[in-house]
Order: sequence, then C-alpha cells, then structure tokens
Amino acid sequence: MIDTLLKSLRTALWFMFLTFPILAVRIDSLKNAVTVRWPAVIILGAVIFLISVLWHTAGLVKRSWFFRFDGFKQFIQRLPDQDALSPFMIRTTLGAAAVFMISLPFFASSYQTNVMINALLYVMLGLGLNIVVGLAGLLDLGYVAFYAVGAYLYALLNLHLGIGFWIALPMGAALAAFFGILLGIPVLRLKGDYLAIVTLGFGEIIRLILENWDRVFKGPSGISHISRPSLFGIGIMESSVHHAIIYMYYIVVVLVLSTFFFVSRLKHSRIGRALLALKEDEIACQAMGIDKMKTKLTAFALGATWAGMAGVIFAAKTTFINPASFTFMESAIILSIVVIGGMGSIPGVVLGAFFLVLLPEYFRELGDYRMLVFGGAMILVMVFKPRGLLENTKPTVTYVSQQTGPDTP
Amino acid sequence: MNPILNVRQLTMDFGGIRALARLDLTVNHGEIAALIGPNGAGKTTFFNCVTGLYVPTSGDVFIHATPEKSVRINGMKPHRVTRAGLSRTFQNIRLFKEMTALENVMIGRHCRTHAGIFGAFFRNRATRDEEQRIIHDSYRLLEIVGLEDQVNFRALNLPYGDQRKLEIARALAAEPRLLLLDEPAAGMNSQETRDLTSLILKIRDEFNIAILLIEHDMKLVMTLSERIFVMDYGRKIAEGTPEDIRTNPDVIRAYLGEDSHA
Repeated sequence: MIDTLLKSLRTALWFMFLTFPILAVRIDSLKNAVTVRWPAVIILGAVIFLISVLWHTAGLVKRSWFFRFDGFKQFIQRLPDQDALSPFMIRTTLGAAAVFMISLPFFASSYQTNVMINALLYVMLGLGLNIVVGLAGLLDLGYVAFYAVGAYLYALLNLHLGIGFWIALPMGAALAAFFGILLGIPVLRLKGDYLAIVTLGFGEIIRLILENWDRVFKGPSGISHISRPSLFGIGIMESSVHHAIIYMYYIVVVLVLSTFFFVSRLKHSRIGRALLALKEDEIACQAMGIDKMKTKLTAFALGATWAGMAGVIFAAKTTFINPASFTFMESAIILSIVVIGGMGSIPGVVLGAFFLVLLPEYFRELGDYRMLVFGGAMILVMVFKPRGLLENTKPTVTYVSQQTGPDTP
Repeated sequence: MNPILNVRQLTMDFGGIRALARLDLTVNHGEIAALIGPNGAGKTTFFNCVTGLYVPTSGDVFIHATPEKSVRINGMKPHRVTRAGLSRTFQNIRLFKEMTALENVMIGRHCRTHAGIFGAFFRNRATRDEEQRIIHDSYRLLEIVGLEDQVNFRALNLPYGDQRKLEIARALAAEPRLLLLDEPAAGMNSQETRDLTSLILKIRDEFNIAILLIEHDMKLVMTLSERIFVMDYGRKIAEGTPEDIRTNPDVIRAYLGEDSHA
C-alpha cells in the first residue's frame, strides 16, 4: 500500500513538473508580469495522485476476486469479434441505428443535422481511405487532394457552366479516380515511409495550386454561391435553408449506405483479397500471379473515387469552398479515422468517424480544453486497443464443411 | 524427354559480384530435380532470376508450356511468369500471415480467375460461380497437403511444418507446370521430412508436373531426385543421378573444402 502511495506521489510530481510551463506560468502582457498559478498545479497534482492510486488498486483488484470469473474476461477479449454478439443483438442495434438515422432531421435542429452530415461525410472519406490504407496497406497522407479535386470540379463547373450536383457527382468521382491513377503511377515502386512522404507532397501540391493559381481557382478567397442539390431538376430547396439541409442529409445517408455496401462487397471479392495480400507481402503476392502495379493502381483509383464524391457533396453542402478546407490536417484526421476505427474493418471505420468528428463537436463546451480531451481520448484508444476500436478479425471467407456455399458476410 | 524449363547461359551480376555464371540447366516434364550446393552458391538467386524477381544480366530462360510452344521468360514480371506456368515457395516462408489457410490458397487461384471490379461490386452470376469454384479448388488443395482441418486457421497460428505445406498448396493453386521449392524441409524434424518426401511424390504424380527443389537435407535430395544439379560460386559444377553426384570428386571438394582428398 505504501508502495502504491509512493508511486502515485511520484507520478503526480512528474505530472506537475511536466505541465508546469503550460499550466502554471502565466504571462500578463499588460502588466509586464509573470504570475504562477499554484492552485491549478496543486489541483492537477491531487487529481493525478487519485487517479494513480485508483489505477494501482484496480490492478490489485483485478488480480483478486472481481475479475476472476471467466465470463467477464472472455467478454472483454471477444469484444472486437463480431461473433461474440448474437445475431439478435446485431439486428437490434442496426435497427435502432437505422431508425435514429432516418428520423434524425425530424427532431434535431439544423445545427445537429449539419453536424451529422459532416460526420457522415467523414464516414465516406474514411471508407474510401480504408481501401487504400486498410486493405491495400498503402500509407496515403495526401488523401485530401482527391477530396479537393471533387469539390473544385463541382464548384468550377457550377460557376462557369451552371452544371448541377447530380451531374457533377459522377464526374467528380471519375476525375478523382483519374487523379488517383496519376498519383499512383510515380509511387508504384515506393512503400511505407517513402510512399507516405510522396503522397504528403502530392496533397500539398494540389493545395498550393488551388491557392496560387488565382485565375482558375480564385485563390485563397475561394468560390462562393455554389448551388445546392436540386430535386428532379427543381431548385425548390433554395427557398429554405432548413429544408436544404434535410435534403442534403438524406442524400448523404443514401450515399454512405451505398459506399458501405460497395466497399464491403469489394473486401469480400477476388480483387479485395488481392489488395489484402498486397498489404501482407508484396513479393509473395507477385509470385502468386498478382499484378502488383494494376492492383496498386486499382486501390488508389477506388479510394480516390469516394473522396471525389465526398468533395462534390462538401461543396454542395457548404456552398462555399476555399483551399483552407483541404489542408494536411484533413488528411491526418481521415487517416486517424481509419487507424482508430481499425484498419481494414468497415464497421470500425464508421465508428471511428463518429468518434473523431462528433467527439470534438460535442466537447465544444470545454472550450480550449476540447483538443486536449480529444487527444487524450485518441491516446487511450491506441493504448488499450492498438488495432482499433473494432479490430478487423474476421476472415473474408470461412469454409463450412457439408455446405455447398461459402459463408461470405 | 520433353524439357519444361530450359535455362541457357544464365548470368547474374550484382555490381562487381557474379552471382550466377553462364548457368545451363534443363528440367524435363514430370521430373523431380534438385539443385544443391554450399551456402552462397547462388541457388536462391537462380530461383529469383527464373521467377522474375531479378532481371538476369544475360542468358535465356525458356518455359515450354506445350512441347511446341516455348516462352522466353527472363525479364518478365513475376506475375506473368507465374501465369506462364511456374510457381514457387520461399526459403523463409512468405505466407499471408493474417489470412486463413483457405484465403492463402485462394490468393494462389488469382492468376487463373478473372472477376474484376464490376464483378466485385455487383456480384453477378459469373462472379458468384467463380468464387464458389475458387473455394472448392482451394479446399481440395488443402486436402491434398493434409491441412483440411486447419482450413479456417490463420497462417501465423499454424505449426512450422504446416506453414511449409500451406505454401506448397498455395503455389499449386496457380496451376504450375513446374513447381520450384526453396528448401522445403528447412527446420523440419525427421518425421516431418519423411511426410514431406511422400507429399512431394504424391504431388508430382497427382498433378503430373515437374518439381525443382533447393535442399540441404541430403537424405531427402537423394531419395527424391531423379537428377541433381550442383552449384558452387555461381557455376554449375556437376549434374547427374544421385549415384553420380555422391561419388563426384568436384562435389566432394566443394562441400568439404579445397584441401581434402576424399
């Protein structure tokens, strides 16, 4: 017990010491004085001390009686495994989620609906990047470039030719896929860190072009007055912003569902298997007759397709875009969604997107501490579930004997 | 005798180092041949050149898909070499570790199947049928190597000997006419090696293919091979039946050192 207390005391002192410069020292520029906020340091120390004591005693408890019984242990261990949940539970959860998603605009405010649109947009981006990073194992840090391609395509077509959302959507997807291949060709030989750096550069190049080629892309001031989606060619949605948001919301829901559908089908297909194999061992993959180049380009193009569509939606949703929306930070967030959700795991990515988009949104009340809490939450996830919230454990195919068909989920 | 693999004057340089020097080698249809030699003799380099992982400096590699038709495969991309009828295993096992045994073998079927993006998204009838066939063919291969009970196990959870067998099954899934095995018995105990010996014979008879293996286990080499090639310092120093090789003075010198007079 004394041991625990001493250890906790040490932890607390360390924390106080390390956070001292940012937490306690305050520079008052008006009075030209430096004040030290001792109470804050003491409170922090006390909190850390308490947490540490609890932590260690919890460790003792874990070894004693409470966590002994196997049911609980097994439950924790099998949590990421979808088999642990009964089909009834899965169906109930999915049903509840569906009802919630469909009815959301009826009880939520425009603000809430907008937040949800944003979250769904990131689900789409996450699922797209998941093809590249999660399935094919190609670390792409410039994913936001394809998002920008889609957004600017729609903005420019709308500005100059008055082309509507529904025509721009497939065009954005196609152009982004083309850019995916364009990026893919020079990086075919690269992998890992090197690939990450080149894709990072690619993302920055696209952003800098948008920022500096004023005549075409309008520079940092961006493009405004982009049309919202129309309904069967009628622009009735222009009348009320609230209705426009609700309409947008349902469009996004449908597109996210179709993304979900297509991406999970891709994963359980011959091409999907080739992508997964490419991630595990490139040389073995080639020796087994898989065309490395074609497979990599397929991954880049498919991943970019969804980013392009998300870009078109983004432009239509905000009706204003500028290069500031397509910074490296966006790529980093999308990548975090994939990593925190669980690389390659489709439900994981959905969960990761909600986690990463909604959490900072609802922590706005915390003000300046919002990002601190957000960062803390990310660290906790990575410490306790290093392979993501919903780890990708299920094989793509399970063989069941005495059965004519395979069990493909 | 129909040759299936025909290698002429194959040379491979790494900078100033000549790893393979004008190597000639022929493997006939339905034959089990072995490539032996001390460590560093260039055996694995030879495999890598033939399978397209390295582009040889000079020389020719021909594969005879049918007696009349031959394809020159040096400089070809590895996946095209595999499609041309040559597949291999690796010295340091290169399975897709996170995937199940079945999935590993299914990857091997990749180059003999066709479903593309469209099929993946829309799962039309042809795609579904093909997927069924892939699963059944793969399962059958796992039965042949004796891994049918581990079909849904992840590769990394299999014991070492089974991983070797799984690699062989995966290579067979690509329907090779010549199977290249790089030290298939490495790290196996004597019982596992005996099992492997009978497995290799079974594969040759069942699939009617040729097998070329690199191996250090002389007992296995002598029992299995009909012909043996011996390499040292990138050159072929001997070729013949196990009996010839056992008594060949050059071979003995290469293995035991210059000074010994056996």
